[in-house]
Amino acid sequence: MAKQSNEPVLWALFSAGGVFAAFVIPVHLFLIGLAFPLGWIPAPGYEYLHALVRLPLARLYVFALCSLALFHWAHRFRYTLYDGLQIKHLNELIFFCCYGGAILGTVWAGYLLWNFR
Amino acid sequence: MAETISLEVFRYSPERDAEPSFQRYDVPLRKDWVVLDALNYIKDKVDGSLTFRWSCRMGICGSCGMMVNGEPKLTCATFLSNYAREQGPLRVQPLRYFPVIRDLVVEITDFMTKLQSVKPWLIRGKEKPISEGEYLQTPEQLDRYKQFSMCINCVLCYSACPVYGLDPVFIGPAAIALAQRYNMDSRDEGAHERMDILAQHEGIWGCTFVGECTKVCPKHVDPAGAIQQYKLTATIERFKSFLMPRGAK
Amino acid sequence: MTETRQPARYTEYHPRWYRSRVSTWWWLAQWPYLKFILREISSVFVAWFVVVLLLQIRALSRGSEAYAAFERWLQNPLIVLLNMITLFFVVFHAVTWFNVAPRAMAIRFRGKRVPDFWIVGANYAAWAAVSLVLAWFLVRS
Ligand code: SF4
Ligand code: FES
Repeated sequence: MAKQSNEPVLWALFSAGGVFAAFVIPVHLFLIGLAFPLGWIPAPGYEYLHALVRLPLARLYVFALCSLALFHWAHRFRYTLYDGLQIKHLNELIFFCCYGGAILGTVWAGYLLWNFR
Repeated sequence: MAETISLEVFRYSPERDAEPSFQRYDVPLRKDWVVLDALNYIKDKVDGSLTFRWSCRMGICGSCGMMVNGEPKLTCATFLSNYAREQGPLRVQPLRYFPVIRDLVVEITDFMTKLQSVKPWLIRGKEKPISEGEYLQTPEQLDRYKQFSMCINCVLCYSACPVYGLDPVFIGPAAIALAQRYNMDSRDEGAHERMDILAQHEGIWGCTFVGECTKVCPKHVDPAGAIQQYKLTATIERFKSFLMPRGAK
Repeated sequence: MTETRQPARYTEYHPRWYRSRVSTWWWLAQWPYLKFILREISSVFVAWFVVVLLLQIRALSRGSEAYAAFERWLQNPLIVLLNMITLFFVVFHAVTWFNVAPRAMAIRFRGKRVPDFWIVGANYAAWAAVSLVLAWFLVRS
């Protein structure tokens, strides 16, 4: 076996995030970003949402969604920068910024959800 | 029969020109003519110095690939009449992303070397003696790789691939599809030998699934699909070797 | 000693080749390439959605007043505009993702490859079902 690269792991995260994002983000975004604020559909109340997020399963769902979606972003954005801008000498910097961002976001999500009151 | 079509043909002579230029030719627009016929007409009747490759005239040899109005095409399968109604002359250029030797002829040794590196032939751990007969294959087993075996090495897919253009170390669509052609063959046992080459960054991981290679392929090989499918295979193998570090190999 | 196979030597002596350079703006030159870049850019909007979602969680955690402030922030016309663009891109992501699903996975059933149409169709059906279930959880008046 040649050198074991990390690409398969990163690609698996990217793909999982891509699937997750494709299935659930459009409806979430439509509701939270447009339908509720613009009053097309009555928004759920604070009490209800708060109780919902208190469910461990719901928090696990939000955590997985946030983390995987961010790794999805990191992967695509990294390649877009590589290809779109032709700045090969910055490849390592791009790599660290993208995955660093995804890791930071994951930590933030974990922190918020773990300490959710 | 006075109808004609104008061609703007890429010209480059390594002895004379520092930079390439375009030359314009008017050729008769015949209903049954393909772009290659027009080029042959030019070579026979107008300008014998025009240089290009072709052989079979029937989409089999894969040598007549060129950029026609910016798209990689087999010129023996691209009818002039499809472009008759377009504004301006028809632009014929050598295949993109390859060095140009002369006029419409490109240098594809890079592809040939890469193709060889993925070992596109049947690899057996141990050959069975002839007395035991041939290696049988069911139609189902044939079906698994047949699509990939249709490749004629025309390299149109390389000219469609921006990743190859930007980073020529990328092993590229056809070579990976042909590796898959053997990986998926029930008679082959060389999958992990090929994995060493394919599972590098220059192998499948360079691909961003632009998907244009599949669209331009005249033989419906679907190299983009082959690459994505191989990504999944390589990922599964990677996790397997992670879980069972001392597994075979 | 290692044995190295040299590639064919005869190509080394050659007249001057002409090589063109790929322009930085290659992705603007053709619509399929632009579509590809837009598809990749959709990931930025996916990330933006994550930010919105996490801000919502934070606001929920901080109490009803913080949450009311968050809801007002969402009504800011600029944020609404941004979210409209985001919706376009996340739908674009979903559609392009589902449409290439059969390329990425060759699913076989009884020895035959399942036709693309069925795989894409199943993805869209599942998308609709998932969206309905999530909407059922979130729409409470
Ligand atoms: S995969 Fe298709 S486009 Fe590429 S070399 Fe083979 S036949 Fe030509
Ligand atoms: S001349 Fe053989 S493929 Fe076109």
